[in-house]
Amino acid sequence: MKTLTLTIKGGSDKDGRADAVNEVEIVSGEIIGIVGPTGSGKSTLIADIEQFAQGDTPSGRSILIDGEEPEPTLRTDPRKKLVAQLSQNMHFLADMSVEDFLRMHAKSRGKNGDTANKVVELANTLTGEPINPGHPLTILSGGQSRALMTADIAVISDSPIVLIDEIENAGIKKKEALHLLAGEGKIVVVVTHDPMLALMASRRIVMKNGGMTKVISTTDQEHRVFLDIEKVDGWLTTLRETIRRGEVVVA
Amino acid sequence: MKMVVTAGTPGSGKTSVLMHVIRDLKRVGVKPALVKIDCLWTEDDTRFKRLDVPVAVGLSRDMCPDHYAIYNVEEMLDWAAEQNADVLLNETAGLCLRCAPYPDSCLAVCVIDVTTGPNTPLKVGPLLTTADAVVTTKGDLVSQAEREVFRERILEANPRCRIIEANGLSGKGSAELADLIRGWSDISGEMVLRHNPPLGVCTLCTGELRVAKDHHRGVLRHIDGFMEYTGE
Repeated sequence: MKTLTLTIKGGSDKDGRADAVNEVEIVSGEIIGIVGPTGSGKSTLIADIEQFAQGDTPSGRSILIDGEEPEPTLRTDPRKKLVAQLSQNMHFLADMSVEDFLRMHAKSRGKNGDTANKVVELANTLTGEPINPGHPLTILSGGQSRALMTADIAVISDSPIVLIDEIENAGIKKKEALHLLAGEGKIVVVVTHDPMLALMASRRIVMKNGGMTKVISTTDQEHRVFLDIEKVDGWLTTLRETIRRGEVVVA
Repeated sequence: MKMVVTAGTPGSGKTSVLMHVIRDLKRVGVKPALVKIDCLWTEDDTRFKRLDVPVAVGLSRDMCPDHYAIYNVEEMLDWAAEQNADVLLNETAGLCLRCAPYPDSCLAVCVIDVTTGPNTPLKVGPLLTTADAVVTTKGDLVSQAEREVFRERILEANPRCRIIEANGLSGKGSAELADLIRGWSDISGEMVLRHNPPLGVCTLCTGELRVAKDHHRGVLRHIDGFMEYTGE
């Protein structure tokens, strides 16, 4: 995959004060976090990136690709789209079967319809409750929906920039999901309060009152904490699976 | 004078999208005037008036709202000219999917709600298939995959249309629609509808209330698809 640079040019916060961070450059292969309390503007920043804002959104921010303003069709045509997004929406509303939906989505992205089976296979590695391609989309649980959306992004959307909003609430294997989404050499922007995901990122943008206030680089000490959390998370996952299988947990 | 006809099912977000478009047009010095057509009641005019633009309301009452809008096009244009407007924005009542109240030289805009599901673009008919621009709303409530599938379905129904992803709350997409309006040509000559309305005058139009077949005349279609003319 070709290397790509994503630049966020600062705009202003909810009171019209300029972003303290006036530019963030992100290069292919980097996972970057966005953190901050509820209502601090994390989702707005994600939306700015998703639609390649050009000073025409409420924040006034601009997004550049390889240092230049992206051409208009990159903003709208899914076949050319550089951005795949996993949003907070946990449910599907489309009245279609899983397979028909995935085939239609593959078509909209100019891909072969047979990739549908691959998506379901991959999704089933992320969720404990298997998804059947013949099931209606609308009966999927939150975890199944999120697993399917994640696998869809990895296989069908397969865009060089991936935006993730709050993966931790999903009831799916989050580290595997993030690795799957990160793929090889993608830019991953993840909104999160989850210490494991936040510390998996090499930097994190701190939001406050709609503005970008600072960028923190993950320290060596934080990385060591990450390795500890990873062990704890692995242990919790094993315990969850033991309980799901109806077995007894041993100390 | 440019004319923009905005149609779409009730609750799809026509008014919210137009409110943002009016702000965008005014910002670049274009003067819009708005006519809201409805059937029995509306309070959309009070929302529009807050934007300090000329607003008129037409209630169709006992007449079909799309027929009413088409019948009154000249009056609407004359009124907009009196207001020194550059653009007449006509928001339709948006009820019937069979009619498409678009004259040929207007900019025809169909507003459609993404949460109604990806089969909707196939059901909507001439309202969507003869539109120049299809504005999708409420896309923030579904996943990106679902938005893209919806978009694909719109293109199946109307391959030539321009799709604008809008959000009536945040105003996303309105600048793109305002740009399209500014670049559209003025109306000229005798205007003709883009699509034929449903067939003829029926017995319901003349006030028949009884349900059974015996009481109905005109060009009628049976549930098995058979069509016949019954009458004098």
